[in-house]
Amino acid sequence: MHPLLSKNSGEKMLLLGNEAIVRGAIEAGAAVAAAYPGTPSSEIANNLFFISLQGDWPLYFEFSTNEKVAMEVAASAAAAGVRSLTCMKHVGMNVASDVLMTLAYVGVKAGMVIVTADDPSMHSSQNEQDNRIYAKFANLPMLEPTSPQEAKEMTIEAFELSEALELPVIVRTTTRTSHVRGPVELGPLPETVKQKGAFQKDPRRWVPVPAVARMRHKVLLDQMEKAKEFVEGSRFNTKTGQGKLGIVASGVSACYVEDAISELGVADKVTFLKLGFPYPFPRKLLEGFLADVDKVLVVEELEPFLEDELKIICKETGRDIPVLGKASGHFSRMYEFDPLMVKKAIAEVLGVEVPMTEAPDLSSLPPLPMRPPSLCQGCPHRETYNAVKEALKELGQEENAIYPTDIGCYTLGLLPPIQMADYLLCMGSSVGSSSGFSIATDHKIVSFIGDSTFFHSGLSSLASAYHNEHKFCLVVLDNSTTAMTGHQPNPGIEIRPAGYDRPRIPIEDAVRGLGIKNVYKVNPYKKKEAVDVFKEVLAKDELSVVIAEAPCILYYRKVGGKK
Amino acid sequence: MDTKKILFTGVGGQGTLLASRLLGEAVMAAGMDVRVSEVHGMAQRGGVVESTVMIGGLKSPIISKGEADILVSFEPLETIRALDRCSKKTTIITNITPIIPITVKLGQGEYPDVDHWLDFMKSNYKRVCALDAEELAKEAGTAKAVNVVLLGVLVGLSELPVDKEMMEETIKTRVKPKFVDANLKAFELGLSQVES
Repeated sequence: MHPLLSKNSGEKMLLLGNEAIVRGAIEAGAAVAAAYPGTPSSEIANNLFFISLQGDWPLYFEFSTNEKVAMEVAASAAAAGVRSLTCMKHVGMNVASDVLMTLAYVGVKAGMVIVTADDPSMHSSQNEQDNRIYAKFANLPMLEPTSPQEAKEMTIEAFELSEALELPVIVRTTTRTSHVRGPVELGPLPETVKQKGAFQKDPRRWVPVPAVARMRHKVLLDQMEKAKEFVEGSRFNTKTGQGKLGIVASGVSACYVEDAISELGVADKVTFLKLGFPYPFPRKLLEGFLADVDKVLVVEELEPFLEDELKIICKETGRDIPVLGKASGHFSRMYEFDPLMVKKAIAEVLGVEVPMTEAPDLSSLPPLPMRPPSLCQGCPHRETYNAVKEALKELGQEENAIYPTDIGCYTLGLLPPIQMADYLLCMGSSVGSSSGFSIATDHKIVSFIGDSTFFHSGLSSLASAYHNEHKFCLVVLDNSTTAMTGHQPNPGIEIRPAGYDRPRIPIEDAVRGLGIKNVYKVNPYKKKEAVDVFKEVLAKDELSVVIAEAPCILYYRKVGGKK
Repeated sequence: MDTKKILFTGVGGQGTLLASRLLGEAVMAAGMDVRVSEVHGMAQRGGVVESTVMIGGLKSPIISKGEADILVSFEPLETIRALDRCSKKTTIITNITPIIPITVKLGQGEYPDVDHWLDFMKSNYKRVCALDAEELAKEAGTAKAVNVVLLGVLVGLSELPVDKEMMEETIKTRVKPKFVDANLKAFELGLSQVES
């Protein structure tokens, strides 16, 4: 039995925020889920995957090839009346955004929850975009938990709301809510789960040709008006205290505010508005709050999402009080916050002292050596990088070579001593960017992409590169898993978790299927042979694909070395 | 109730996350509120891995500069790196076996003088417990139990609302069955470091 299903209603478990979301989805009767993994969202998908694989619960889960596909899978299940969930990291929402923007128009029948896990400070990401803006952009309701307990409750609430409004609902976490454990009280599991629905044809709803889309945009706006009734009365939006300084926060920032109020002993000086259901903005609640205080401090990581709205409300209602936050310089638009930072800002606005602990003088501390993450000892990617380097050296092309790279463990090839990662944008960008470099430069281009990333968004770019006659060597680092995010399967894998028997698509077949003739396979551990292949390929000036095939050593050990 | 902010730090693969999780489970079993924060993803590939256990109703999952009540470090360089999170009132528990970072091997930095900094800690912080946790873990039967040795020391210091029995119970239920005996032994060895 999967641990998340092993305890009874009423019992407590110490769950990660991400695990709590899974438990919430199960308690809410979600029957279809699809995702592409990405930190800090990955544990949601992993747990759903294993629950589904073990057959412990009537749930269908798939790792789709990318976030767009996953959102489409979940959307159509919900259109057919089956509750569904998709989850992704913040940048994954960019991939799915083409779906999202129109899904908001056509809506759903059964509840559909979209989890976006943002990564302020970029612990494991290439940017720190604030996905609350997607809620506003697509015009969809959004909840933001502060703790694992809330993560579970809000997931359940999100399904109810979604069904009531016939719109997908976004649950937005950040690294510090996804990757925090806390006690979660379990609720009852549903007695039945609706696994099959029936799609009711209605082209005037589900097929957004211009005439339909024009109608549906109005429906969306009307539904979001209805959502305002839910948001105004939501138990997740709470006001505490009666002081004259108003503080507004959501997500993990609300945790810092709560601790700061208590540690500074200023509960009588502040009114704290915690917004667990911040979008659509609870206009009446905010107006009432602004009327009761004479100054506002907005505590939110990244963009001034709530701050700007409060300023709009002040302007429109003629309430002329200071709204402090990003624009006033109290907080940065960059990086995540920490408790002391929030304490200091509140203390400054209130004119009180921060009780400081006395720290020993560390001025004699020497500069400490960094400890960057690195490719594991024995990792096959190291061998592939070395073989490419050796081949280029023998061809006298090492100085002229550039290495567009992609997203995965192998991005760590950036670091010394390998240093073979020169350009990166996003998932799959190795292929498209190599095409651009091949047009605009005379460099020898060798680009790197992993097996999972190849299926995510390398395939269509490679078709484009071949059709448009670009010249580069694409090395597919095929370690038979999605390693960085915790070893999820992808269509190409040969090594499988027990019980996983979905059909395999060998990458070589896929590449040859596109019409590309220069396709080679190497075993990176057979160095001489690998170098010879790379020399042959890199001597030519044409598109080629070399698949470097060797399993991730961590995964190979985990599954007991079985193919 | 008193709050406690405990910072765990170490290198990816040392088991810091399991240690903080075990402590969190024991605190929850004792009926107290707890938050445990973890680092997942890229840093786990041999980078610095930090986690925290926040006891007594604290909502914040992370610890700012100067605010750790207890530092539990799995590696001496990481202990030194985390000193700015400590104050004179901080208790420091540290393993003394260095793991040399790649940057030092490549000549891009110098590993600090551990003995010098241990002396500094002993004369500047509330309490310092420095030990070769790896040696004790090996004695218990598995070098991987460094994390549980350090948990033994932590519980042995009696600064937390978690006693020996609660922690042992948690180890029995949370550690994979075949490793329970070695981990219980490692825990005892950690405890005995404080008693001696």
